[in-house]
Amino acid sequence: MDLFEYQARDLFEKHGVPVLAAAIATTAAEAEAAATKIGGKVVVKAQVKVGGRGKAGGVKLAENPADAREKAGAILGMDIKGHVVRTVMIAAAAPIESEYYLAILLDRSNRTFLVMASVSGGMDIEEVAHTAPEKLAKIPVSAVDGISAAKATEIIAAANFPADVAPQVANVLVKLWEVFQAEDATLVEVNPLVKTKDGKVIALDGKVTLDDNADFRQPDHEALIDQAAENPLEAAAKEKGLNYVKLEGEVGIIGNGAGLVMSTLDVVAYAGEKHGGVRPANFLDIGGGASAQVMADGLSIILGDKDVKSVFVNVFGGITACDAVATGIVQALELLGSKATKPIVVRLDGNNVVEGRAILNKAAHPLVQQLDTMDGAADRAAELAAK
Amino acid sequence: MSIFLNENTKVIVQGMTGSEGTKHTRRMLASGTKIVGGVTPGKGGQVVDIDGHQLPVFNTVAEAMGATGANASVVFVPPKFAKAAVIDAIDAAMPLVVVITEGIPVHDSASFYAYSLTKGTTRIVGPNCPGLISPGKSNIGIIPSDITGAGPIGLVSKSGTLTYQMMYELRDIGFSTAVGIGGDPVIGTTHIDCLRAFQDDPETKAIVMIGEIGGDAEERAAAFIAEYVTKPVVGYVAGFTAPEGKTMGHAGAIVSGSSGTAQGKKDALEAAGVKVGQTPSETARLLRAILGR
Repeated sequence: MDLFEYQARDLFEKHGVPVLAAAIATTAAEAEAAATKIGGKVVVKAQVKVGGRGKAGGVKLAENPADAREKAGAILGMDIKGHVVRTVMIAAAAPIESEYYLAILLDRSNRTFLVMASVSGGMDIEEVAHTAPEKLAKIPVSAVDGISAAKATEIIAAANFPADVAPQVANVLVKLWEVFQAEDATLVEVNPLVKTKDGKVIALDGKVTLDDNADFRQPDHEALIDQAAENPLEAAAKEKGLNYVKLEGEVGIIGNGAGLVMSTLDVVAYAGEKHGGVRPANFLDIGGGASAQVMADGLSIILGDKDVKSVFVNVFGGITACDAVATGIVQALELLGSKATKPIVVRLDGNNVVEGRAILNKAAHPLVQQLDTMDGAADRAAELAAK
Repeated sequence: MSIFLNENTKVIVQGMTGSEGTKHTRRMLASGTKIVGGVTPGKGGQVVDIDGHQLPVFNTVAEAMGATGANASVVFVPPKFAKAAVIDAIDAAMPLVVVITEGIPVHDSASFYAYSLTKGTTRIVGPNCPGLISPGKSNIGIIPSDITGAGPIGLVSKSGTLTYQMMYELRDIGFSTAVGIGGDPVIGTTHIDCLRAFQDDPETKAIVMIGEIGGDAEERAAAFIAEYVTKPVVGYVAGFTAPEGKTMGHAGAIVSGSSGTAQGKKDALEAAGVKVGQTPSETARLLRAILGR
């Protein structure tokens, strides 16, 4: 899960990373009140999970509380690259002397953690990495050893931070490691990390990505979910414990196993090219234990998607045998009754496939048709969706 | 021959007394795997009867290895306890540790992987993987054993069900070993490790490599193939239609920016001389053409 800037700021503060006073507002009046409380000049910043908000006009300096009210009024409701601004952060303004970059992230390629640090902060760091790689230090960090004060000092020296700020930056890095580890993050990024005119090092803007797999030991993270941005179908699926992603398309997809479902989406999209360009409407992995209830939950989510014109159930019977899956489909259709209205193409293969196909044949549900191969079934589902 | 396991591999099951552990111990025994015991901290000294097999339970992997001579372990421990279980196996210098558990926090998997490197005596497969099978010899994990038999194909895949699908497509030919390496961001055994082992395995005549969106493992594998692998390789990549920024089921399956796309992976593999199928069935046909079957 990616966090908003203000959520990242709060996590930084919690773990002792130096940040400026700030508050969030969802109305212009709240923004004025927040600016009054903070005092002096403030910055009004759109809270969106997308880059380039500054250029889009989503960050404005306000001279006083009345100005903050006006600026917040203009920013709230703004559309930045498809993200509607629902919240602004009001932060104290700081006189900036230098801008740096500091991040800790999971380096998948090398299966380790990585610190990236640069004295050329503020701008797009990917651009720096591309045009002036020598300005971006990349230093691996062992997941076993972590970042001690000594290691942080070593990293900051390697990144050529000036001597007057090096101790402060090293301290920030130690605290960022604490955020990274204690919060089960896969990315903590500060850009820019600034030196103010009075010589203080402060995290001015931050990005944090949290590992959803760690939710079981991070009870506080649930409160960070952006409910407003969740697709209602995705939210409903999550409530049922289903692994569902809404896509733009017409063919509803149910399958078992993430890889097979991804493959099914592709095969349907290829087939769709011959049928008016229909596309898969979703990703839905019902996992290994495809019980009747799971199948019913999955089917009802998909049939609740008004874009769906046909459904493709693609299951390879492994641990869960095809007869169990077929029984699940039959029972799901019984549970759904008249709510099931769209044609369902089923392809079963693998463990107990003969029994599974026989169960569906016997039930002879008018909406269900079976095909023997994944490619053939994808073609039929696309054809039905195109009608 | 086979890679990483054979008919003499002696396996212990970490988490054998849990419901998943018991269920899959039964399945592995039925497919001929030599299961010699289990590990559940606090339940040492018990003996569990699974389908007539009397399996001793130990508190630690070291005890289990000492008593049974086990040289492989399979982990069915829930995410919360998985790190401790894997560390226990690494401390015992268990040569092969297959982590089936899904949903392990990446800080934990990064940590036990880094720890395994410091010891240098354990190969980890997974986590979040279906395990590996050499049909007719040994089956460690949850891959159905009755899809196909032994044969000349080596298979490596991030995905479990695509492994099964591909074994099914090529069931008349058979496999030396099929390895499901898992779809998490940090895994112990990579495509490259398997490609190297298949290249060096005299009984493997051709290799199927299945990848999916996310990371750059396939691109790296492509570079490795160009440099090291002389046996024919066919490839398949899942996730062409996956949009940017949405995780597709596997914790590692996400396209971010221009990196990790299926097209990029396909291009890299083709540049290394790998024939890449557009669907699993087409991939199977490409392999048949190579083997003349």
